[in-house]
Amino acid sequence: LSRDRLDDEVWDEIEENLITADVGVAPTRAIVEDLRTKVKVLGTRTPSEVRAMLREELLTQIAPELDRTLHVRPHGERPAVVLVVGVNGTGKTTTSGKLARVLIGDGNKVVLGAADTFRAAAADQLQTWGDRVGATVVRGPEGGDPASVAFDAVAKGFEDHADTVIVDTAGRLHTKTGLMDELGKVKRVIEKRALVDEVLLVLDATTGQNGMRQAQVFAEVVNITGIALTKLDGTAKGGIVISVQRELGVPVKLVGLGEGPDDLAPFDPEVFVDAILGD
Amino acid sequence: MFETLSDRLTSVFSSLRSKGRLSDADIDATCREIRIALLEADVALAVVKDFVARIKERARGAEVSQALNPAQQVVKIVNDELIEILGGETRRLRYAKTPPTVVMLAGLQGSGKTTLAGKLAKWLRDQGHAPLLVACDLQRPNAVQQLSVMAERAEVAVFAPEPGNGVGDPVAVARQSIEHARRQQHDVVIVDTAGRLGIDQELMRQAADIRDAISPDEVLFVVDAMIGQDAVSTAQAFMDGVGFDGVVLTKLDGDARGGAALSVRHVTGRPIMFASTGEKLADFDAFHPDRMAGRILDM
Ligand SMILES: Nc1nc2c(ncn2[C@@H]2O[C@H](COP(=O)(O)OP(=O)(O)OP(=O)(O)O)[C@@H](O)[C@H]2O)c(=O)[nH]1
Ligand SMILES: Nc1nc2c(ncn2[C@@H]2O[C@H](COP(=O)(O)OP(=O)(O)OP(=O)(O)O)[C@@H](O)[C@H]2O)c(=O)[nH]1
Ligand SMILES: [K+]
Ligand SMILES: [Mg+2]
Ligand SMILES: [Mg+2]
Repeated sequence: LSRDRLDDEVWDEIEENLITADVGVAPTRAIVEDLRTKVKVLGTRTPSEVRAMLREELLTQIAPELDRTLHVRPHGERPAVVLVVGVNGTGKTTTSGKLARVLIGDGNKVVLGAADTFRAAAADQLQTWGDRVGATVVRGPEGGDPASVAFDAVAKGFEDHADTVIVDTAGRLHTKTGLMDELGKVKRVIEKRALVDEVLLVLDATTGQNGMRQAQVFAEVVNITGIALTKLDGTAKGGIVISVQRELGVPVKLVGLGEGPDDLAPFDPEVFVDAILGD
Repeated sequence: MFETLSDRLTSVFSSLRSKGRLSDADIDATCREIRIALLEADVALAVVKDFVARIKERARGAEVSQALNPAQQVVKIVNDELIEILGGETRRLRYAKTPPTVVMLAGLQGSGKTTLAGKLAKWLRDQGHAPLLVACDLQRPNAVQQLSVMAERAEVAVFAPEPGNGVGDPVAVARQSIEHARRQQHDVVIVDTAGRLGIDQELMRQAADIRDAISPDEVLFVVDAMIGQDAVSTAQAFMDGVGFDGVVLTKLDGDARGGAALSVRHVTGRPIMFASTGEKLADFDAFHPDRMAGRILDM
């Protein structure tokens, strides 16, 4: 009997662990049920063995085999185009700047497009990043048409024989259909000139269950190809990306680990899982 | 997608046979459903546990009549309890006896502080005050410009003596701003600060130094309604690190259920004073506990 009690405690702890990491109730249940079945089948005895199995299970859930390559390489004369999207304040502009920094560090030429013509000083913020990392910034008039700024940025990319054009867009809640339509238009207008190779959805790690809705709607409107999970340097774990990856099949490619230019890293499934487990 | 709490409870009570008091088994089943509904609304787990324990107490004593739809009766208990917690001790902005009234904003990166500064300024101006916005985020690229644009749009004055982008001392700017406000006869000072993480000791210290330099009448914690389970540790860290008197919930124009409202209220005891509901200066409202309760319960 005492053995059972101990087991219940272990299971409760695992459940709490996952829920407080924003994995979500239903996915947590599914993971715990799976694990319980395996434990029964394998006759696992100790909590530490169960924990090791949980780690394996989470790794499976996060699909380490997914291709997380960023599509940022030019195609002959044509620069690669990266479109950066997401809800307000998640870290799009910062991630655009950091990504430019990485690419420039690898010897690439980068153009940044300031297609956030809406938020106060958004273009100035991107300009500061451009100056900081050595990227050309294309901007338009305040309140102007974001699609035409995006188009101009891509044109500038061709003209300068740039390797990559990164287009930063305004934050918008996925519930605002007008703004989502505008984003769709930004993408379509770019596509008159070039393929969009990568559409990065920037998700804030502090986001709870709403992250799923965000990802679904952005995926519908602009067909996201990768996720950048920001602000992982805080206490939040970003567990919602487990469901997002599974439901949409879109991999997390990058993580944001701070406000500085070098605080961007490739997503590492093991590091992510270990952070959730608190080891 | 989410089922509403009423849907969930209706299925629990469809098996309920007798009128009168709920049996322990009924209460357990009910509480399980309430727990799930709250977790799906992003209420933090520790808070859910306390809350469900409270509901359990009330449900034990409650006469639930089968004839009158027991699910709705329990939902009403939950709803009332939520409103009570969210709304207990709602209050207005506290003005200083001798002006200027000093309001300091603090919160995580990107939560909506600078935008809120503009909204508050406009709201106060519309009521005949003469607010001054103070640019103490000298860190985030172009935060000073952003605040200056907000000031221009709100048609209020801004105190921005330092360029920012890493240049200038926010504590000194904060201190000077009070003198400046007195000279220029501003009766309210709103201090925008840089976003910071709860675990960033150094920046939290800086926030405390700003606070000590200006002795604010109100420190407002600005939190994004989309935040998940981290709401508890973040709110606690800001409470410990700088302390705050009230909470502002932002980005309520989205479809996040906003369980953070309950989490933050529950762990800090501080009232939620305002709701930020959009990117425009006018998208700003007093906080309505009843609407928030309905939203968390998806009603
Ligand atoms: N700690 C931390 N802060 C970050 C990270 N990424 C971005 N930030 C901060 O988050 C805040 C918002 O970042 P932005 O890049 O302006 O976000 P955005 O998505 O462009 O915002 P909008 O354009 O207004 O929607 C800024 O203070 C950034 O410095 C990160 O990985 N870690
Ligand atoms: N939809 C919506 N967007 C908001 C709201 N409040 C702020 N925003 C947006 O959220 C983003 C971040 O807002 P800021 O005011 O820059 O946030 P902040 O807390 O000052 O950010 P940092 O200074 O970088 O920490 C911007 O795009 C704002 O326009 C709101 O209530 N609703
Ligand atoms: K973390
Ligand atoms: Mg931006
Ligand atoms: Mg700000």
